[in-house]
Amino acid sequence: MSKNSSNTFWSMVTVLTAIAVLSAFILAFVEQLTREPIQKAKDQRELEAIAEVVGEFDNDPFAEQMNIVTPDKKYKLKLYPARKNGSISGFAVKTYSNAGYGGRIELIAGFYIDGSVKTFKITKHNETPGLGSKADEPRFKKQFDGFNPNKHKFKVRQDGGEIDGITAATITSRAVIDAIQHAVDAYNNFNPGKQP
Amino acid sequence: MNKTSLENLTRGIIRENPTFVMLLGMCPTLGVTTSALNGLGMGLATLFVLILSNVAISLVKGIIPPKVRIPSFIVIIASFVTVVDLLMAAYLPALHAALGIFIPLIVVNCIILGRAEAFASKNNIWQSVLDAVGMGTGFTIGLTSLGIVREVLGNGSIFNYSFIAEDANPVLLFIMPPGAFLALAALIILFNRLRKAE
Repeated sequence: MSKNSSNTFWSMVTVLTAIAVLSAFILAFVEQLTREPIQKAKDQRELEAIAEVVGEFDNDPFAEQMNIVTPDKKYKLKLYPARKNGSISGFAVKTYSNAGYGGRIELIAGFYIDGSVKTFKITKHNETPGLGSKADEPRFKKQFDGFNPNKHKFKVRQDGGEIDGITAATITSRAVIDAIQHAVDAYNNFNPGKQP
Repeated sequence: MNKTSLENLTRGIIRENPTFVMLLGMCPTLGVTTSALNGLGMGLATLFVLILSNVAISLVKGIIPPKVRIPSFIVIIASFVTVVDLLMAAYLPALHAALGIFIPLIVVNCIILGRAEAFASKNNIWQSVLDAVGMGTGFTIGLTSLGIVREVLGNGSIFNYSFIAEDANPVLLFIMPPGAFLALAALIILFNRLRKAE
């Protein structure tokens, strides 16, 4: 390995360039090969998340998706209506918050037809495993079922609200509520008649 | 299997266990072991990349000039990790959702580069595979046992099966970063006591 001839300047340049170019080609090839399956897997996951948060439906919420925005135009979100036998049975909103402990938290929130929360599913997060990641567990989630943010104080208890935060992960709890609040704001803005 | 092969295979598991003896790869060790499953997942992902990179580096060891070997190894390892990451995201989305955050971390795991430099660049492919399997297994054992200790004490569960009442308060400290150091220290003491007693 320590042959003198292989240590010249040009052999170093050639070998390192060759390795870099070869890696670039391999990576480009694999990226192209996997782009479509990755997108498909992502859509599939989102559809499953929608099914999980709104219950049964027989339409294609993806095909009927609508863009909604919060009144201050900061959050542009997507609304997926769920229908059963043609009439709307609930809706899901893909929303996010940048206030998580690890930055951005993305989630899909499901709502009943009257605008109260049904449940939510976190689709992307960077929270501490074992602490903030507990936001996606039933113990925290179940208190959202039937909660109407338009009627009750939608905050964690430490902030004077009615939601019990996750132990040692108050920032995550706040961020989840923040994300759902954006969804509620955007929905009310889109459909002011639904406000109680 | 002759004596050298056996020695190369078992070295990483006991005598030079990367977690408990060499104290390599401490960043993923402390960072991801909040549960047994996370530890196991990170261990297996590392094992897989370690085998690939040891094979590749053992193959190209003759043509890389010594002065540029480290950047070459890094490019090769980073490429492998990215390929594994993309393939997993495409064809094993469920597994990727669970392990996704750990995969990019493997690039900076010094065990991989360490074995490339210390072993694969000086030995043939077969011995390099044995070394990778041994080191990867040792790392997996280390991470999984640390994950078990932290999950049992800090969350009252093991491999996600909870064994305490829902409103009970486990020792949350062990899930948090300081708990990682305490649990690791205890395990290192235990491991080395047992190793020396033999």
